[in-house]
Amino acid sequence: MSTQATPLRKHERWLLGILVGPSALYLLVLFVIPLLIVLVYSFLTRGTYGQIVWEFTLQNYVRVFDPLYLGILWYSILMAGLNTLLCLLLSYPFAYHLARVGNARTRNVLLTLVMIPFWTNFLIRTYAWRVILGTDGPLNGALMALGVIEEPLSLLFNNGAVIVGLVYGYMPFMVLPLYAAIERIDFSLVEAANDLYANGRAAFLRVVLPLSMPGIVAGSILVFIPSLGTFVTTDLLGGSKTVMIGNLIQSQFLTSRDWPFGSAFSMLLMAAVLGATLFYFRKGGRTL
Amino acid sequence: MTSTSTSTSVTSSAHRAVVSAVKSRPRPRSLSERLLTANAWLIFLFFYAPILVLVIFSFNSGRFVSQWEGFSLQWYSRLFQDAAIGLALRNSLIVATVSTVVSTVLATLVAVGMERFSFQGKTAMDSLLYLPIIIPDIAMAVMLILFFVQAGQALGLFGVRFSLGLGTVILAHIAFNVSFVTVTVRARLANFDRSLEEAAHDLYADEWATFRYVTLPLIMPGVLAGALLAFTISLDDFVITFFTSGPGSTTLPLRIYSMVKTGITPELNALSTLLLVASMLLVLASLLLQRKQQ
Repeated sequence: MSTQATPLRKHERWLLGILVGPSALYLLVLFVIPLLIVLVYSFLTRGTYGQIVWEFTLQNYVRVFDPLYLGILWYSILMAGLNTLLCLLLSYPFAYHLARVGNARTRNVLLTLVMIPFWTNFLIRTYAWRVILGTDGPLNGALMALGVIEEPLSLLFNNGAVIVGLVYGYMPFMVLPLYAAIERIDFSLVEAANDLYANGRAAFLRVVLPLSMPGIVAGSILVFIPSLGTFVTTDLLGGSKTVMIGNLIQSQFLTSRDWPFGSAFSMLLMAAVLGATLFYFRKGGRTL
Repeated sequence: MTSTSTSTSVTSSAHRAVVSAVKSRPRPRSLSERLLTANAWLIFLFFYAPILVLVIFSFNSGRFVSQWEGFSLQWYSRLFQDAAIGLALRNSLIVATVSTVVSTVLATLVAVGMERFSFQGKTAMDSLLYLPIIIPDIAMAVMLILFFVQAGQALGLFGVRFSLGLGTVILAHIAFNVSFVTVTVRARLANFDRSLEEAAHDLYADEWATFRYVTLPLIMPGVLAGALLAFTISLDDFVITFFTSGPGSTTLPLRIYSMVKTGITPELNALSTLLLVASMLLVLASLLLQRKQQ
């Protein structure tokens, strides 16, 4: 990146305007102004019929601390955290294997195989689990045919189904950064550790794991952030009790028409996400 | 005497074992390696089984996914006769094409500007370009619906009628696509040899000629990769479209959502299979693009 501090000449300023101007203007109108509108709305009052009353209030933010909404917030963080942990535990040995197996060509083919399901529409990938876990679905069918169960289990519309859907939806976000981090590791360092009488376990904990830490952090952020705001997975696989922040915001806007409260919750979600991102950059992460 | 003979036999057998281990090409794999391989197979099964179930049952003649009742293409023929799906596909393609073209032009310009110049407010512009990628789509959807409602009211004061529809969906998609394409193009520009542009200047090429005949051809693979990414994200988007669309602007994901909500139909399995094939073709196209880039 060029960082010459010389002031721009006149024609360069023109050029800069042509290059950066249109996008800056577009994002100003369709991102900055909308963001300010949400901020303003979050301090307004809801009228009796769901209309906006221009009356300043902090009530929307106070309401967040209602046990009902705190519960939803806590549940969302728990589900997103559990999803991140499961993705990490499942992806680490997988990414390790992908990064160490065969030659570069084989590894590229395997990575593409990871990507293909990921490129399929998210709704369809979620719908597939609705089919599989359904009472008349193939999983129940197989278990009954094997005689494991006699009555079909109700596997859908509960926390378990949501977690399976989340892991399935977001795991590639974990696999790819882990793969990138592990593939970069110089494995002669492991041999050096072995020469110094480190057993396999010690060599892994003291050498491989610390060196792959950037991938672990990047993958965790990439999984945690979108799953915190998820809406589709809980909506299609969860039951009436599985409500996460995304579902709450959606219902404030499209069903109960409490736009100021929905705005306040959106602001909190954005603050949480930006906090997590800043934490990531503080930790020295570079790749997004 | 005996002790020395046993020790030599031990060393020689150890020696032989080492030699044979080195010689035999597929060296005996350790337990942990076997476990890792088995685990990888299981993960791939986890990735592909759900999709394969949909593909298989899209050819089932029966309605249900629990038992196989014979091969049939009836769900595909129903799908092709479904007018709502056709309309949704048309809307999706319009939104994806228009938003991809506009955002790719905007993003290519801003990427060149950001990589070439340092100016006041550059850090702010950098953050502005990253924010739409970072914040959750539900938050972006909320921002945009409030903006469109406010804009509609403001324009209404001047007698301009403005409501949610394909137009607002396209405007919303451009807003997030600009960021994704910019990141892709900037990655290409980061290892760009600036001396080529300087050489063009020395040969009296003006800014436009330099951009058109030197810069653009060199960053073209990045621009195309970005456009492909934007097209895919646009086709895939549900949440932001769900909030910013109006009557008559149903896209394919919105249609899929309502099909899932109203009950599992085998038609949806057929649609999933076709979309899977389409996305595999897109992956293939992007891989060929990458190979060209190298």
